[in-house]
Amino acid sequence: MRRAFLAGALVGLTGCAGEPLGYFDTAGPIASSIANLGIGLTAISVAVCVVVALLLAAAIWRRRGAGDAGIQPVNDRQPIRWILAGVALSTVFLVASAVWTLATVQATLPPAHPGLTVDVAGQEWWWAVKYESSDPSRQFTTANQLVIPVGVPVQVNLTSKDVIHSFWIPKLGGKMDMIPSRTNVTWIEADRAGHYRGQCSEFCGLQHANMAFDVLALSPADFQTWWDRQLQPASAPADDPGLTTFMARCAVCHTVRGTDAGGILGPDLSHFGSRSTIAAGLMPNTPANLSNWIDNTQTIKPGAKMPELHMLAGEVADVTAYLEGLH
Amino acid sequence: MAAQVGQLGDGERRKLLAMWETAPGLYGWLATVDHKTIGIRYLCTAFAFLLIGGIEALVMRVQLAQPDLKILSPDAYNQLFSMHGVTMIFLYALPMLSGFSNYLWPLMLGSRDMAFPRLNALSYWLFVFAGIFLYISFPLGQAPNGGWFAYVPNTSRPYDPGINMDVFALGLVFLGISTVVGAVNFIVTLARCRAPGMSVNRLPIIVWGTLTASAANLFAIPAVSLACVMLWLDRRYDTHFFDVAGGGQPLLWQHLFWIFGHPWVYALVLPAMGIVSDALPVFCRRPLVGYTLVAISTVATMALGFGVWVHHMFATGLPVMSLSFFSAASFVIAIPSAVAVFAWIATIWTGRPQFTTPFLFFAGFVMLFVIGGVSGFMTASVAFDWQLTDTYFVVAHLHYVLLGINVFPVIGGIHFWFPKMSGKMMDERLGRWTFWLTFIGFNLAFFPMHITGLMGMPRRIYTYPAVLGVGDLNLLSTVGAFMFAAGILLFLFNVARSLRSGAPAGNNPWDGATLEWSTTSPPPVYNFATIPQVASRHPLWEDRLRESEDRSIFGDGAAHGMLLDKGKETIGVTPLDAEPNVVLKMPGDSLLPLLLSLATTVLFLALLGQFIWVAAAAGVADFAILAMWLAPQPHAASEEVDVHG
Repeated sequence: MRRAFLAGALVGLTGCAGEPLGYFDTAGPIASSIANLGIGLTAISVAVCVVVALLLAAAIWRRRGAGDAGIQPVNDRQPIRWILAGVALSTVFLVASAVWTLATVQATLPPAHPGLTVDVAGQEWWWAVKYESSDPSRQFTTANQLVIPVGVPVQVNLTSKDVIHSFWIPKLGGKMDMIPSRTNVTWIEADRAGHYRGQCSEFCGLQHANMAFDVLALSPADFQTWWDRQLQPASAPADDPGLTTFMARCAVCHTVRGTDAGGILGPDLSHFGSRSTIAAGLMPNTPANLSNWIDNTQTIKPGAKMPELHMLAGEVADVTAYLEGLH
Repeated sequence: MAAQVGQLGDGERRKLLAMWETAPGLYGWLATVDHKTIGIRYLCTAFAFLLIGGIEALVMRVQLAQPDLKILSPDAYNQLFSMHGVTMIFLYALPMLSGFSNYLWPLMLGSRDMAFPRLNALSYWLFVFAGIFLYISFPLGQAPNGGWFAYVPNTSRPYDPGINMDVFALGLVFLGISTVVGAVNFIVTLARCRAPGMSVNRLPIIVWGTLTASAANLFAIPAVSLACVMLWLDRRYDTHFFDVAGGGQPLLWQHLFWIFGHPWVYALVLPAMGIVSDALPVFCRRPLVGYTLVAISTVATMALGFGVWVHHMFATGLPVMSLSFFSAASFVIAIPSAVAVFAWIATIWTGRPQFTTPFLFFAGFVMLFVIGGVSGFMTASVAFDWQLTDTYFVVAHLHYVLLGINVFPVIGGIHFWFPKMSGKMMDERLGRWTFWLTFIGFNLAFFPMHITGLMGMPRRIYTYPAVLGVGDLNLLSTVGAFMFAAGILLFLFNVARSLRSGAPAGNNPWDGATLEWSTTSPPPVYNFATIPQVASRHPLWEDRLRESEDRSIFGDGAAHGMLLDKGKETIGVTPLDAEPNVVLKMPGDSLLPLLLSLATTVLFLALLGQFIWVAAAAGVADFAILAMWLAPQPHAASEEVDVHG
């Protein structure tokens, strides 16, 4: 109750409840225990500022007896006692905050048996996502979206293909860096269905700003359906002109399962049409945005590894239609 | 005042002047070793870098004023934020404080110069040339672009092939020489060049701050210099210190960098806190409450400051046990800061505040210090930091720390000591306007960043989408930044006007307590005609504080004191008790520091261009100049004297 009130006050302070990257208005147990701690620390901090501001104001403007304004002998025994008392009180709050912090760290330790394991590899400036399964035929790869079941702790193994990135879904948990040569492990859990925003949070070069991704939490049943669907090969007739163009212009870098397109430099585009964003969380996935992206990659995301393709208008339209049809 | 009354003869003063005065003309300008000239040069140069870094910040604030603006390209933005950080942290914040300390230390300590005047000139010239070096590729659009923290592998050659980060790596090694040279000079000056009686329990707090920072720099700088050399070798000579493919470790860079970086942050604030601890009491008309506590907390902060570097790395996946240790240490380091804050408040409380411009800056500083302190307390919590780190919350925090605890005391300190340096008072009305413009502008610019950070806005992004909901707050920050800049411009105007037509200051316009106020404004080149003798922490207030029967002897009262006029001389004392035990012969003006700096500049330029033979030649030139520098000069041997015997 009290937490809801404080969270409400903070949300009020920070504008509106709709910030996609706000981490006081959370959607899972890990982020929630961190948010509790955060609200507590914020409250202590605000209280300290208010107390010091009042002390300072009182010290400056308190009424002083009329008298000699010159330098006089001083006896500082009393004020030094006050200093020590203030320091002692501060120490109590510091120790309490440290203990609370360590307790929160304990509460966010990974569970022994994750319900699902996903490997995410960061690279300039997008995310490769691989779903693990003990049954190799059920493993698959996707990109720039993370779909998870509600109520299930998800272990995320984090690596990087180039520079350091950081994996962050504020509403579901804290950050964890993705460092080449290391595999860092974090875990997330959503307790309600919905879309959440993920964001790279370690400076990684030109397009660090536009390295985001979409997280979709589904009910366990919907999640199973989604997974099964992902395992299906792409369904497009072989004489689709979009497929032909795609094979000629895009397949060197991109994979679409069920076709001969097997490039690995760029994001896997199997079931592209079912994703909610394009260009690593940069824009909603609409045909208009996709055409624009294919046509003006370097204007929209300068420095992105995808070159300007200079495709004919008709080719752009064909590829757009083809990709949007991959559900 | 001292009991003795007497007048030092004009003849004696003329004799001292002849021995100490810098030669006129270009030669003197280039060869001077006067700590006051060097100190003021440090202040002016560092301020110029503050303006450059500030302009960079304003350009970035325009780009960030609204979502999705395209005024700057991502590449330009990355160079600007990197150079903004490098400029403010390396070329403004510490050199500015070195300027204060260079100017003030001998005057406060009752000495005629720093222990090594030529080394002092050397550290200044190296700083200037290293600063220029760091900007050398800026006009080419090839400035350092990997952030002041320069994390590998983003800054290694495959991902950043231009000369951008070579300039960074070599530039920091270059600048590091200047910092180490300066630090050594401060430490030895403290140990030896004080007036008799200036024992360690009587040192002004700014001396404690600079001493602590200097000692820390001796340990911290080698870490970053080493890291930068390794980065440069990786980039240009295919070594594998950080290269994963060759078995290197990217996290090694982060450890080396932050083992340096965190103590460095304290080096940027402790001397500034010292400015406040020394100057605020003057405007409260009483001594600082809790001198010993504040001095101890200064040293304690630095000692603890070496044990918290991992709090910059909470999200790197280190073991929970070590994260917990560093988190706890980061909470503990708040304790000495609390001591200082309560001491300042107690000083104001028990004193009688005079609302001068410096007082406004110092009182405002206390509030900013606390806000920057509690946001640091929040980021000290490892669990909450997993959310806070790399958001604008940290940008807010570090600017409250670096502007709040460095820039505000610095501007207040310039208002305070300007009369001593120039002999003129600064305009009070303009000063008050400066304070309110900068104080309100600062808070308007940086307070909203706490909120945008809590709303999840990441750092180091050249643009952000409207969906984050942070556009309005960013506009507010931009407006505040320009208001702050207006305050800085007003300050410059005030300085320029006061230099021309400020009211004459007299020796001690604020009725300050420390020795620098016992000389004329500006002080004579030899500082003190006769060496003062110190009997308390507040030599100029002794008659009124009546702490003991002993009285310091200085100024006209010291007419029969040590004149030391058999050449350029000052007194050397024992390190702890400041008992005089040697007459130090001081070197005269010299071009060697400038020549050594020039040769070193050529060396680094050659390394940047990988002209190995030029670099080797410059290295030989460096050694030749050093040999001339160190050549024994029989007449300069300091004579042992039994002054107190």
